Amino acid sequence: MSRQIELFIDGQTKVIDADPDMPLLYALRDNLGMQEPKFGCGLAQCGACTVLINGEPVRSCSMPVASVGRAKVTTLSGLTTEKNMHKVQAAFIEEKVPQCGYCINGWVLSAVALLNQNPHPTDEQIRDALTGLKCRCGTHLSIIRAIKRAALA
Amino acid sequence: MKIEMNRRQFMIGSGSLVVSVLLPGLSKQAIASSSTMDGSRADLGPDQLSSYISVQEDGRVIGWIGKVDMAQGTEIGWIKIIAEELDVSPDAVSIVQGNTDQTVDQGGASGSTGIWKGGAAFRGAAAEARYTLLNMAAQKLAVKPERLVVNEGIVSVLDDQTKSVTYSQLIGGRQFNVQLEWNKEYGNELAVKGVGKPKSPAQYKIIGKPGVQRRDIVAKVLGRTPNNTVDVKVPGMLHGRVIRPNVAGSAPVSIDKDSVSHIPSVQIVWQKDFIGVVAPREWDAVRAARELKIIWSDVKPPFPDQKNLYDHIRAAKVTKRDEEVKVGDIDLAFSAAANILEAEYEWPFHSHTSMAPACTVADIRDQEAYLWIGGQKPHHCREGIAAMFNLDEHKVVVKSLVGPGSYGRNDSGDVSMDAAVLSKAVGKPVRVQAMRHEATGWDPKSPASVHRARAAIDKTGKVIGWDFSTKGFSRREFFRDEGSPERTLAGQLLGWPLKPVWLLGVPSESYSFEAKRKTSDTIGPLLDRASPLRTSHFRDPGGPQIHFASESFMDELAVATNMDAVEFRLRYLKHPQDLEVVKTVAMKASWIKHIGARKQRRDDVLVGQGIAYAVRGATRVAVVADVEVNVATHRIWVRKVFVAHDCGQVIAPDLIRPVIEAQVVQTISRAVYEEVKFDRNNVTSIDWAGYPIIDIKDVPELIDITLIDHPELPPAGAAEATCRVIPAAIANAIFDATGVRLRQAPLTTQKLKIALGV
Repeated sequence: MSRQIELFIDGQTKVIDADPDMPLLYALRDNLGMQEPKFGCGLAQCGACTVLINGEPVRSCSMPVASVGRAKVTTLSGLTTEKNMHKVQAAFIEEKVPQCGYCINGWVLSAVALLNQNPHPTDEQIRDALTGLKCRCGTHLSIIRAIKRAALA
Repeated sequence: MKIEMNRRQFMIGSGSLVVSVLLPGLSKQAIASSSTMDGSRADLGPDQLSSYISVQEDGRVIGWIGKVDMAQGTEIGWIKIIAEELDVSPDAVSIVQGNTDQTVDQGGASGSTGIWKGGAAFRGAAAEARYTLLNMAAQKLAVKPERLVVNEGIVSVLDDQTKSVTYSQLIGGRQFNVQLEWNKEYGNELAVKGVGKPKSPAQYKIIGKPGVQRRDIVAKVLGRTPNNTVDVKVPGMLHGRVIRPNVAGSAPVSIDKDSVSHIPSVQIVWQKDFIGVVAPREWDAVRAARELKIIWSDVKPPFPDQKNLYDHIRAAKVTKRDEEVKVGDIDLAFSAAANILEAEYEWPFHSHTSMAPACTVADIRDQEAYLWIGGQKPHHCREGIAAMFNLDEHKVVVKSLVGPGSYGRNDSGDVSMDAAVLSKAVGKPVRVQAMRHEATGWDPKSPASVHRARAAIDKTGKVIGWDFSTKGFSRREFFRDEGSPERTLAGQLLGWPLKPVWLLGVPSESYSFEAKRKTSDTIGPLLDRASPLRTSHFRDPGGPQIHFASESFMDELAVATNMDAVEFRLRYLKHPQDLEVVKTVAMKASWIKHIGARKQRRDDVLVGQGIAYAVRGATRVAVVADVEVNVATHRIWVRKVFVAHDCGQVIAPDLIRPVIEAQVVQTISRAVYEEVKFDRNNVTSIDWAGYPIIDIKDVPELIDITLIDHPELPPAGAAEATCRVIPAAIANAIFDATGVRLRQAPLTTQKLKIALGV
């Protein structure tokens, strides 16, 4: 049942031996020992496990690893490189968004996707685009401020 | 010891390094907060200065504290207090928090006491460290200590700056051998002071000013946090999961091992009523927990129908009445009343439902235990583990790492014991991260309650008596920490009987009614063993429910006595700080004097304003909520919230603001959206769909916070007081907008529609 699966993550090719039905999240965290994304619910309800797949936010807890194929997976840790600080992360730092920080994958990566499609969203559009993501600490207002800041950067 | 070395060397993210990163677009920022100092300090007692403050060879100052900053910026408050007293730069101070082998038991994160009590201990210790260092410098430089000044850890002679010596030269790398006056208490109440007097507020250069940044932010945003519990890996570590029954209270009778024989290397751990699985790969443990076939014992459904919850509370036998608060003669007041107003309020169970299910790595072998936890109270975790496995407390080391937001008693204590039981059983380190259905369905709940308020009004419209009673489940039925095995699910499943503490609470206020009586009655648990409705602490324990009732009732009293709600409070409140928060928030919110519900319409919404005020410890807070109710959909939107907050001395204004802002959002969530659902067998709200919290579409567009600083007063807590005023402010605003008084939380659109008959 388990087989070799090749993944393209944050610009690197990785090969793992895994059950093809296993969610991508477990491949990233357990097989590859990555710190991000995080497990939040396993039900695609919260967004803590979000990664970008070809630029689109996807809940990795509910995506079978074998279905990723040759798509490019980008994680929170892979957004900023040694040479280039991602503007969304820079804005989240400036606005001091996280408290516990467990939800941060979903908000940052969904904001990246939003600004790619709509570089200058209104408050309303930001709220619509991010609806469904959870933050138990209640940092939502700072998230909206950060996305508006990133849009100006 | 080889194992111990392995445990240290191979652990990822032990928090044992200060990591500095240089990133494009950012100045150099420390991304971890722990120190390079490792090794046990268990030999240092609570009366030793070195238990709290040390100076390293390079002159860096370490503050050691048995409390935990749950990502509220408390760490920076401690750093500022130490830097202020020692006259060093905050950048030169680091904090080691919570680790049981390195810090004194100061109760962990608890009751907003991080700055209030933990900061006070640091202030006393740092003042003593400065006093000691100045005396050492005086001897070395052959001058009187009064002639010395300190700047950035360099002690020099006031009129001859060529004569100087550094803290590092005086004590770097060595321990102070100085005894403090210790009040012989552990936990939150621990207090220490020395001969050295802390600075007076007029001398402050760092306290009360913004500018020192939290050290966890950059790493969290970049996905590089070095000390997250969920990322801990130790050699030979296995993954465990625990299996809970469908009917609360039932226990495994038989299992079918073949049902998981297709999953590689699964071990089943079944002890008494506890059952779990362990596997080398995490996904295999998840699958095995799902697929293991278990026959459970047949038990009587333990719970009432949810629709009868409040009737159950009203009818239940009282287990204990808290000490009554009495002022004047309440019976006389009611017998003399021209008019009596009465109302009853109801509040449901809430789930902590932390952002991530709790995670612990436990390694219980060779009469020793190591645990890496993300919970609030590592020293209590140590006590519970030592008692459960009959270990010497000093052989139990609990390391405090980053966990998901926790606001009292979440599922961390249960998961720590689960991981420990599994590790002990298989003889290997075991990592358990609970699944979402456990974190929401089986975490400790905050108590459901019923509150009855009565007031006696004389013929002039003056309130002459106020009688308030609370009845509900105990806020410590399941205690507030995991400091004994019966305070964990695993402990109860292994036969340790529940030992509840009966306690709920009464309103905290300064209304000067001539007669007052405040009572609080607790009732027994619905299920006395391993209950998913066991009750414990959730941010401002008891506060939101009690003050939802008391401050809604004050609004009803204002209407009944023909007064504006702000004027009513100003008439009866007496403490000057209480009057100040109420006046300030009314001004900031542009409060317009009115009596009763205005039902004002603006475009397609009805708009209303509501106020509420309360005290928590020495913290006083008043809020105004601006609420809109859509005339077509009846959606309730808390559009703006104004907060006036007085927590005495402000240490870090720029860090308190986000703490209050997030508290407002979290409590709107509790007041408007949250309710634990259950049927006669079990809790049925077991994920984010069943237990919705506030969505970004529904958060306010503005939260305006005014901090009232009292540098002359001690700092009090800032992370909970605002929780207790938000629900009533919303209910009062809904009343102003619609004329409907919602007396049962959550304050939903559905309830509003029923009340409006639409």
